[in-house]
Amino acid sequence: MGTAIAFYILAALILTGGVLVITAKSAVHSVVWLVGTIIAIAALYVVQHAEFLAVIQVLVYAGGIVVLYLFVVMLVNLKRPAEAIVHPQRRERTGLLLGGALLAQFAAVAFYAFNSPQVGTAATYSARGNVEAVARALYVEYLVPFEVASVLLLVAMVGAIVLARRDA
Amino acid sequence: MTITPGHWLALSAALFTIGLIGVLVRRNLIIIFMAIELMLNAGNIALVTFSNLHQQVSGQVFALFVIAVAAAEAAVGLGIVLALYRNKETVNIDEITVMRW
Repeated sequence: MGTAIAFYILAALILTGGVLVITAKSAVHSVVWLVGTIIAIAALYVVQHAEFLAVIQVLVYAGGIVVLYLFVVMLVNLKRPAEAIVHPQRRERTGLLLGGALLAQFAAVAFYAFNSPQVGTAATYSARGNVEAVARALYVEYLVPFEVASVLLLVAMVGAIVLARRDA
Repeated sequence: MTITPGHWLALSAALFTIGLIGVLVRRNLIIIFMAIELMLNAGNIALVTFSNLHQQVSGQVFALFVIAVAAAEAAVGLGIVLALYRNKETVNIDEITVMRW
């Protein structure tokens, strides 16, 4: 019952936040709605007993990535509206139609294949708690992908510096 | 009023669709990047749902990797936005047609 109430409230917050992100006129408003959506998703992770992921979501997304977006929105100081020019071959209605078709497919799969009640959500996967379980999986089972991810972040950092340098 | 995994997956699907429509319909490159973030988050919700369904933490570890990749994507993508803005004074993808047919 409590889970259901939390789910519906958070789902409403996430979906309205998402819609406002893509419909906002100015990019700054979009960023602000993105923060709200991300924090609601973090709360959703708490409901799903993924506490560590919720903390990381707030730290990395709301603390890091969103600030990066805000920096770029502020740096890009446009003299005319960002979406003034429309390409003649642009088909926005087709985009909406494709989105609707995809949603119908996804919803059909979600409701026909996974409509049995979840078994034992309340129980975490080990008695030690979520952080230790995730750490064990991350540093034992998935050690190599973890190291590869660190290399990926290093490469992305170097790439971003090279791209954003003034005398590149 | 029980919440099945289908509910979580439907939410994930709806958020993914919102992100997809944002990518297809908007013309401001920065907002398109934010729509991509929404799609990545939708994927994360699905991963955490399956992690709960199968009682394994692997899904949550994958979600962590997705967050790492999203951070890398945001850094490089916004670097590209800045380079484009410096060269063409625009972030409208309909004006950036140099590499299109």
